[in-house]
Amino acid sequence: MEQLLENFSLDLFVKQTILFLIIIFLMVKFAWKPIMNALNEREEGIQGALDAAENAKKEMANLQADNEKLLKEARAEREAMLKDARDIKTKMIDDAKAEAKAEADKMVAQAQASIEAERKSAIADLKSQVAVLSVEIAEKVVKSELSDKEKQLGLVNEMLGKATLN
Amino acid sequence: MSLALVQEVAPMIPNMVGAGLVVIGGGIGLGKIGGAAMEGIARQPEAAGKIQTAMIIVAALLEGLAFGALILGA
Amino acid sequence: MKVALKSITFFTLLVVLSIPFSAFAKGSIETTTAKGGVKGDPVNTQAEIKEYIQHHLKDSHDFHLFSYFSENGEEHHVGFPLPVMLWGENGFTAFMSSAFHHDDSGEVVVEKNGSRFVKLHSKIYELNAGQTAVQFDADHHAVNASKPFDLSITKSVFGILVIGLLMLFWFSRLAKQYKSKKVPTGFGRVLEPLVVYVRDEIAKPNIGESYRKFTGYLLTVFFFIWILNLVGLMPFGFNVTGQIAVTAALAVITLVIYVFSGNKHFWGHMLWMPGIPYIFRPLLGLIELVGTLIIKPFSLLVRLFANITAGHTVVMSLIAVGILLQESLSAVGSTLVSLFLSLFIMLIELLVAFLQAYIFTTLSALFIGMAVADDHHDEELHDEHGEKIEDTEVIRKSFS
Repeated sequence: MEQLLENFSLDLFVKQTILFLIIIFLMVKFAWKPIMNALNEREEGIQGALDAAENAKKEMANLQADNEKLLKEARAEREAMLKDARDIKTKMIDDAKAEAKAEADKMVAQAQASIEAERKSAIADLKSQVAVLSVEIAEKVVKSELSDKEKQLGLVNEMLGKATLN
Repeated sequence: MSLALVQEVAPMIPNMVGAGLVVIGGGIGLGKIGGAAMEGIARQPEAAGKIQTAMIIVAALLEGLAFGALILGA
Repeated sequence: MKVALKSITFFTLLVVLSIPFSAFAKGSIETTTAKGGVKGDPVNTQAEIKEYIQHHLKDSHDFHLFSYFSENGEEHHVGFPLPVMLWGENGFTAFMSSAFHHDDSGEVVVEKNGSRFVKLHSKIYELNAGQTAVQFDADHHAVNASKPFDLSITKSVFGILVIGLLMLFWFSRLAKQYKSKKVPTGFGRVLEPLVVYVRDEIAKPNIGESYRKFTGYLLTVFFFIWILNLVGLMPFGFNVTGQIAVTAALAVITLVIYVFSGNKHFWGHMLWMPGIPYIFRPLLGLIELVGTLIIKPFSLLVRLFANITAGHTVVMSLIAVGILLQESLSAVGSTLVSLFLSLFIMLIELLVAFLQAYIFTTLSALFIGMAVADDHHDEELHDEHGEKIEDTEVIRKSFS
């Protein structure tokens, strides 16, 4: 300890303190402050650039997602439209088929109705003709064969048997 | 060994023994710090930098103590 | 072409720088007879080596590079004198240290301005009237002489000035480079990572948010100590960081910084520690106060001083092995042994040079960080009752 105090020189202590304070002052003023500012500025610049790149990347991803979404929507729409068209087509075909069938049925029904009417009128006609014919036959029979009663009856029967309908 | 030499050396003995004790103590302390730091680094190699810094600081404090004792004794 | 130009400027600079040295060296070759009266007696005994090493570790008033013996046995000192400036009883006096003719034993008396000065063991004494030699009492105080206030540019002050100017030159050039470009070139590329290292590894983690205020001091201290440690390892033998006055000045500046930047929290915790029985508080406060004001700076200054002094002593002792073992190992053997040993110690010293600068800066940062820390968490943890009650409450809840 004594040796330490012996070696301690107050003059040097004072000189060192003053000189070192001057060195600190000059270094801070001319070196550290500008260096620190420049370093901070540069680091902030780098950080800013990195952030910007990150943002751009995010935006890009967003855009891509949007695109994908749009594409999906378009695809879905197309699908829907195609499905509609198909539906309409089948519906139209079905409608047409149904209409045609209805028309055909109607025509068949009309034809049947007209055939029936024809037949009925023909039967009615036949009936009236049968009546006239039978009256004529009767007249003839009456006229020619009124004498022979049995023979006439047989003749009527014969006549009736010959005159088949249709 | 002459008497004069003994008379010269004898008063220095307490200082020398003290210095030896300080060095022993400091050595034990440094060994413990170093050993613990090695163990820590082996367990967590990713924290090596932090452990090293802490180790150096503690070792420096210990060193200051040992030097202080040596110089105060000398 | 650019490289060639650069190396040309470098060499010119080197030549220009070395001119004053060689001029000084030529101008001041002194011829004295060696100590002990024996002509041509180099330093070669154990006691002489011990004295030589102790002399080297001290500050000196002239810049001594080396000595050699000419053929007629005269010792020549090569170096250059430094200005001596004294504030003594007759006011300010200035002369070159060559006036002492390399005398360090108080024999050569320099008369100037009516005062008479002698230099003894690197200290200058002003003799009282009528005296011719300094006499000391039992406590090693000068009886018949006074010590003038020594403003001289001693070797250490010279070193401080040179390194200060060198740092200012390097770093202001680096600072200027940033004005024109983002990334420095040349030597600035070496300095920039070091600056960033000190800021990011020493200042930021140890101080915390308000690190910017103290970075200037920490950077200056770091480079100052590191460069001076390295210069101390060079053969010119600057031993600036091994001067206890220099390390004391550095430690005191750190002390002043952390004492004056200490906040309420720091002082409060130091002097009136919460969470401790009231009886012990004054005692602990006293211990803490002594620790903060004396032990911390003392350990800082002693660590640096002792490391550098020990390093210089060991290196020089191992070099001296080459001289001392000449008889038992022959000249070649002893030189090889001393070369081998001192080479490895030198490598360790290179590491120590950096490590001590790092430790001094880190501990300064740590102490400053303790003083400015605004630790809310800590305060809550040491709260007297709140924390405890809450804890038991939580435990009780978890049981019921």
